[in-house]
Amino acid sequence: MAPVFDYAPAPESRSIVDIASSYGLFIDGEFTEAADGKVFKTVSPSTEEVLAEVAEATEEDVDRAVKAARKAFEKWSALPGSERAKYLFRIARIIQERSRELAVLETLDNGKPIKETRDADLPLVAAHFFYYAGWADKLDHAGYGANPKPLGVAGQVIPWNFPLLMLAWKIAPALATGNTVVLKPAETTPLSALFFADICRQAGLPKGVVNILTGDGRAGAALIAHPDVNKVAFTGSTAVGKEIARTVAGTRKKVTLELGGKGANIVFDDAPIDQAVEGIVNGIFFNQGQVCCAGSRLLVQESVQDELLDSLKRRLSTLRLGDPLDKNTDIGAINSAEQLARITKLADLGEAEGAERWSPACELPENGYWFAPTLFTNVTQAHTVARDEIFGPVLSVLTFRTPDEAVAKANNTPYGLSAGIWTEKGSRILAVANKLRAGVIWSNTFNKFDPTSPFGGYKESGFGREGGRHGLEAYLDV
Amino acid sequence: MSDRLNVLKTYKLYVGGKFPRSESGRVYEVTDAKGKWLANAPLSSRKDARDAVVAARKAFGGWSGATAYNRGQILYRVAEMLEGRRDQYVREVAEAEGLSKSKAAEQVDAAIDRWVWYAGWTDKIAQVVGGGNPVAGPFFNLSSPEPTGVVAVLAPQESSFLGLVSVVAPVIATGNTAVVVASEKSPLPALSLGEVLATSDLPGGVVNILSGRTAEIAAPLAAHQDVNAIDLAGADEVLAKELEIAAADNLKRVLRPQPVDNWTATPGTDRMTAFLETKTVWHPTGSLGASGSAY
Repeated sequence: MAPVFDYAPAPESRSIVDIASSYGLFIDGEFTEAADGKVFKTVSPSTEEVLAEVAEATEEDVDRAVKAARKAFEKWSALPGSERAKYLFRIARIIQERSRELAVLETLDNGKPIKETRDADLPLVAAHFFYYAGWADKLDHAGYGANPKPLGVAGQVIPWNFPLLMLAWKIAPALATGNTVVLKPAETTPLSALFFADICRQAGLPKGVVNILTGDGRAGAALIAHPDVNKVAFTGSTAVGKEIARTVAGTRKKVTLELGGKGANIVFDDAPIDQAVEGIVNGIFFNQGQVCCAGSRLLVQESVQDELLDSLKRRLSTLRLGDPLDKNTDIGAINSAEQLARITKLADLGEAEGAERWSPACELPENGYWFAPTLFTNVTQAHTVARDEIFGPVLSVLTFRTPDEAVAKANNTPYGLSAGIWTEKGSRILAVANKLRAGVIWSNTFNKFDPTSPFGGYKESGFGREGGRHGLEAYLDV
Repeated sequence: MSDRLNVLKTYKLYVGGKFPRSESGRVYEVTDAKGKWLANAPLSSRKDARDAVVAARKAFGGWSGATAYNRGQILYRVAEMLEGRRDQYVREVAEAEGLSKSKAAEQVDAAIDRWVWYAGWTDKIAQVVGGGNPVAGPFFNLSSPEPTGVVAVLAPQESSFLGLVSVVAPVIATGNTAVVVASEKSPLPALSLGEVLATSDLPGGVVNILSGRTAEIAAPLAAHQDVNAIDLAGADEVLAKELEIAAADNLKRVLRPQPVDNWTATPGTDRMTAFLETKTVWHPTGSLGASGSAY
């Protein structure tokens, strides 16, 4: 379908962000080189341009950061909650003030559209700090008994899909409850965490309360295994999550894991089709589908399959893929060459196994890592594309006839993070939501997040909740 | 005192609402605290453990789907049935733990009271740990606790009855089903508990009780892909670590062993919340405009 009107480029200016050529590790309030002086490059996934060099933390650096956090813990945990609250309120406000800068930075380093960093990531980051700031002096009333105690030093490892938002989900509740943290951002998206270090400086946060270690999986593994870490929080793949669960076995470390998913988005025959289509698109193409709670399996009632797929394909043809800094861009770049290879491999496997592949006509830029929005139909539950988490803009379409069949198919996965239900019938929403084994159920909506709303999975999607009153438990000795 | 020869009880497992022997045909000698023979208890095998998981899974849908009020009534019924058999449990606990009659009676009374305590929790825990979330948008948003599924429970080794009840009752109060490994040395009060559960309207399979070597039975449970969680109360440090590693394979929820000096102290909610998931459901609220129509 040819567009009626073409869009002129509308790029957000990148001049608002000043990226230094190199960054050190943020330990005990100072930027320092890695112990062995090693560095690695971080690139912009949409252009492959090198954005900066960052230090690659070694085991020795991990130890140094944990020591700094341990030292800072004594005073930080002894501060009145009302004082800790004010630091977090400051951080929330500074994030709001620097929101545009951080949005552009995140888009550059991650590859996701500016529309998303500006309207979703950054507002949620600030809101998360603002929310947990308010808890810091009210912990007695949180339902965990009087005067609940922090755990100590939290080792936190976060993924590349929502770099700053995942940082906020980890750091805000940890600090509010009186813990100190050592956080390792993902290897491919280290920059926003380093800018956050600067926000801590502006907020006057005491030295050592937040330490940021850039590096690869080895630094993360060393952090989790460090004997003086009391709390481990991880968001990432289920495979790594299992390895972490083995590592901490037999210790006193408290663990929360937020892992993979293969969310079912269930559309019943009475659903408002246009709204469902928007929800499906949001569910799997938000952030290029690189979302653990993505609605990557569409379960559509057989009688409306054709109508729904026609509408969906028409809608996908209007999605704009390209420069993530362009304000009209819907689909940005895949985060890394490695992730692109994984998506490509799984999509090719889907085709090889006999599922029918479809993508809209879509021109991919020459440089950078790109993958066109992709639909698979004629998918059965045995197909790899219906079972494995692809973590990309790939939707597998399955059908069902009865609500029971929809529930059985939705639950037929080792994961249990999210699900969607589309129907006009209230009792059906509640009945189906009751039976779905997933931590977050979106009915007649999808991919909504809020700091007050607990988030986390059943089964192999991990355990523990982030957000809300529930999110405090992960950082309290209760 | 007549010289009538008393009738001994054959202690059997409790699985799926039935009382099977171990499929292995094995038994082991159970003695009292002074070494006097009490009974031959079933020495459960890996296969018995797997059968118990199947029974627990089969019972999960009905038990978790029962109303909280109904679960509360059934747990209260368990207390009623125990009260009627109080003397039997006092004798079994006295023998098992080498306690005086009065000390054993304290343990049994506390255990019966604990069933009553948890019976009252079934329809309150959701209000205590769940609730509405004030999200910044036009959405209804509700978090509710749900049972995690099939829970393997290694009962405490020392407190053969009160300890057992204290770890089993919270697991099933919230709608989970359980595979319980009784105290290795003192399994008889646990095996007798099966007889009470079987006559308390508790659906078969909600609680399954195995006796034998804790390490032997626990290993297949910790590794089992259809077990959702494991309570390691009855494992020593070395075994607990091994089992926690095995449990990572399907990311079971693990409750590590914690030192308990006194099982008679009123428990908190921790043993319930350890085996609960939180489900959060969103729905748009729309707004009522002049036309009165929502979303």
